[in-house]
Amino acid sequence: MIAILSSILSVVLALVLAPLLLGVVNRTKAIYAGRKGQPLLQLYYDLYRLLRKGAVYSRTTSWIFRAGPIVGLAATALAIPLIPFGGGRGLFSFAGDFFFAVYLLGVVRFLWVIAALDTGSSFEGMGGSREVAFSALAEPALLLALTAVAWMTRSLSLSDMVGRLSWTLGPGVAPIAMVGCTLFVVFLAENARIPVDDPNTHLELTMIHEVMVLDHSGPDFAMIQYTAALKFWLLGAILIGVLLPFETLPTTVRWPVALGGMFTLAILVGIVESTMARLRLLKVPQLLGGACALAIFALILVVR
Amino acid sequence: MQEWIDLLMVLVAVTNLAILGVSRLRTCIRLSAIQGALLGCLPLMVGPLESWGPILLALVTIAMKGWTLPWLLERSLVEAHVQREVQPFVGYNASILIGVIAIAASFWLNSRLPLPFTPAGTLMIPSAFFGVLTGLFILVARRIALNQVIGYLVLENGIYAFGLVLMPHQTLLVELGILLDLFVGVFVMGIAIFQINREFDHIDADRMTGLRDWSDE
Amino acid sequence: MIAALVLIPILAAIACLLIRDSRRLGAILIATATIHLILTGLCWAFEPGGLWQGWLALDEAGKLFLTIVSVLFAGSALYLQEYFRREADSPHESESVFIACLLFFLATMTLVTVSRHFSLLWVAIEATTLASAPLIYFHRSPGSLEATWKYLLICSVGIALALLGTFLLAAAGTAAPTPVELSVADLTIHARELDPAWLKAAFLFLLVGYGTKMGLAPMHSWLPDAHSEAPSAVSALLSGALLNCAFLGIFRTLQVCTAAGIDKFAGDILIAFGLISMGFAAIFLLRQVDYKRMLAYSSVEHMGILTLGIGLGGLGSFAGLLHAVNHSLTKAALFLLAGNIIFAYRSKSIESVSGLFGRIPATAILWAAGFFAIVGSPPFGTFVSELTILRAALQQGHGWIAATYLGLLSLALIGMAGAVLKMLYGPSSSQGPLPENRLSLITPLIFAVLVLALGLMIPSGLSRTLASAAALIGGTAP
Repeated sequence: MIAILSSILSVVLALVLAPLLLGVVNRTKAIYAGRKGQPLLQLYYDLYRLLRKGAVYSRTTSWIFRAGPIVGLAATALAIPLIPFGGGRGLFSFAGDFFFAVYLLGVVRFLWVIAALDTGSSFEGMGGSREVAFSALAEPALLLALTAVAWMTRSLSLSDMVGRLSWTLGPGVAPIAMVGCTLFVVFLAENARIPVDDPNTHLELTMIHEVMVLDHSGPDFAMIQYTAALKFWLLGAILIGVLLPFETLPTTVRWPVALGGMFTLAILVGIVESTMARLRLLKVPQLLGGACALAIFALILVVR
Repeated sequence: MQEWIDLLMVLVAVTNLAILGVSRLRTCIRLSAIQGALLGCLPLMVGPLESWGPILLALVTIAMKGWTLPWLLERSLVEAHVQREVQPFVGYNASILIGVIAIAASFWLNSRLPLPFTPAGTLMIPSAFFGVLTGLFILVARRIALNQVIGYLVLENGIYAFGLVLMPHQTLLVELGILLDLFVGVFVMGIAIFQINREFDHIDADRMTGLRDWSDE
Repeated sequence: MIAALVLIPILAAIACLLIRDSRRLGAILIATATIHLILTGLCWAFEPGGLWQGWLALDEAGKLFLTIVSVLFAGSALYLQEYFRREADSPHESESVFIACLLFFLATMTLVTVSRHFSLLWVAIEATTLASAPLIYFHRSPGSLEATWKYLLICSVGIALALLGTFLLAAAGTAAPTPVELSVADLTIHARELDPAWLKAAFLFLLVGYGTKMGLAPMHSWLPDAHSEAPSAVSALLSGALLNCAFLGIFRTLQVCTAAGIDKFAGDILIAFGLISMGFAAIFLLRQVDYKRMLAYSSVEHMGILTLGIGLGGLGSFAGLLHAVNHSLTKAALFLLAGNIIFAYRSKSIESVSGLFGRIPATAILWAAGFFAIVGSPPFGTFVSELTILRAALQQGHGWIAATYLGLLSLALIGMAGAVLKMLYGPSSSQGPLPENRLSLITPLIFAVLVLALGLMIPSGLSRTLASAAALIGGTAP
């Protein structure tokens, strides 16, 4: 009973706290730059504001354009209960659900891309093409990393994989560290952060994610922003679940450690964004390819 | 100790992957220096520490592979005004992909050739083979003469790692002789690079096509 | 004695670096070469003792190759006296560095022949690369620089693979119950205890590694460039002495393989490499435009022949070693003569050389004799060794190998004959014959006479040495 309650709690936490993490990222960047920065809860205000507005639809768009944000949000929300948090189990779990989760994210991306193409704008089409080009490398990296984790934990369900790697600081961490690096790179790429994409730019020819969602407005844009926040939480939860040995921790500290891990991750992203420059577009495949190679290497090491 | 050796070998393999995927020559040289220093620590972990041999070998290796040779290469990089990019024949992602295939091949080779004795670390031989394969690949897939020297160094590092597998069964004098040869070799190559740059205004090995078997009539 | 053989050239080299006077440099070169030759001669009379617990020792095979190196070096040293005088006006590196490198080269090659330990052998062969690289760059032209770079890089990589092979050999040795040193003696005694899989891997790597240096196709790509760009005396040493030193590396490996009983496996691979090298060389000989490159490819061909010889085993091993002697003398003579032709015509292209008989008659006569020797026509020594290899192939029932061998030999003959005949006859470009220097003719003459003598009769001492060297790799004397 307690297990189920904690699973429900983890879903609720994800749905509620996800936008806060992006606030933490922004606050970290502001502090780094010596600014006061926007309020921590800015994204909540933004979402509220956008939801009250009406949406503007171009005459050239069809139902696909409207379906994009809704189905995207639904797919992400469906993936959230699969992810265990704080050492517990996900609300749902079945063998092979990590494939399901990864492909739910794939569905989100697919819908956003065809929604972008639906506008007929060459600018958005370019964003969509870049998104697809880079995720073609990020997705295998994610899957390979998760496969390595699956092999290490001998299970095919996220609930038995994430947070189940027990290790102590020492020599045996090589594959886990490599999987961690891969997942961090994928995390940055999938969430359109520096060094892959710059979330601050809106009108540069170099950006990826933001240009794709340029035509969305009002509640549609709110859904997209919220989906992005959920995705940040989702991948972050997997990342800290792989890196932190929840199994070996006492039950009472698991939740605080998990939450602390998420916020640390957000701060880390803020630091990365403040200290690094965005890579040239040509170099992004190199970074993601390297992440893939690390994941494969880790897989070879654990399978051997 | 065996696990620490394996961790070190993983790091060495990761530097190999990085050398394959990195586009700046200077970074390549630095990575090869890191790799050399990592390998320099290896004799301390493999060898019996009662004698001075492994310590001496470690010191010489770190001084040579971790410092002197990279310094020589950096100097010729500066003096020859080389283009700073690697300019590969085979693209970076393809190189990394080949690197991954090479890792798999190394493990396969290792499983095919079981050693008559138990090595100090289970990853030493696959990592050594991987170094050899990476070095050979860089030698054929990179355009700039300096980069080919880096490939040669990576190749030598792989062979060096293999030699350390056999350290309990072998004389250290040999390793020292090898290091000396390597030093002189890279030194001579460095001079050659300098001369090539002066003579041709570039150090692209693929543009050296003056010598061939029949003219283009 | 062994120590003196290695150390005297090194000391002389150091002395050369300190001296700038060209005449004294020449004297040092001649003196060192003479002392080296005398010491080598003494090795035939008295058995020299081993050094360093047998790491350095001279066995029959080593003695054979040491003699080749020493004789060739003495001949080249004599030739170089004249060479420096006539090259004085063209740009080149300083004579003292060149002669010092040449003497280092001699020391390292000597070390190769006396090494009885695989690691030391490796160090020595690698050192030959480093000592000879500056020799190729003598003329300071873009072409020679390109050749030097290719030589350095390709040979270094080859040698690195040979090092891996050496380590694999050590790995094979760990299978023995007692610790096995990497010395040739220890390995052959314990050969049956070595791990066969690792030994085979070691053989492959050592063959590819030293084969690169030896010029076996398809790893030969550095060879034509280096041989055509180096000064002729250096080309003679590279082709006649250095390739044999690399061959000695393969020979030592084969010695262990024979003792371990995998000579069938090794022999088949050697035969394949031999035929492939002959094939490559024959193709490139057919339409060659540069006569020094032609000689270089002919070296590839002959390395293929002797690899084939030792690969066949039995009588072939004896013939292969004999062929090494014959080829070294012949090729050295030809390269030195090529130097004379270059001096007379200022060109390396076959196109621009014609009418040798009219222009430089003495060189032309020797060039013609050298050509007949190198293609293996009687009564030269090469004919005897090539015929013996053919006999070995037929004796063992390798009809196809024998046929291919003959076919490739005739292809090479056709290719070279066209070029050489065109150079010898045809209209002479200028009026009368040019004056020829005696010093530049005496060495090729001696070598040619030696090859001729070997064709007529093999001295019993040499025959015994060849037979016992061949016995090391399971060969038999005729």
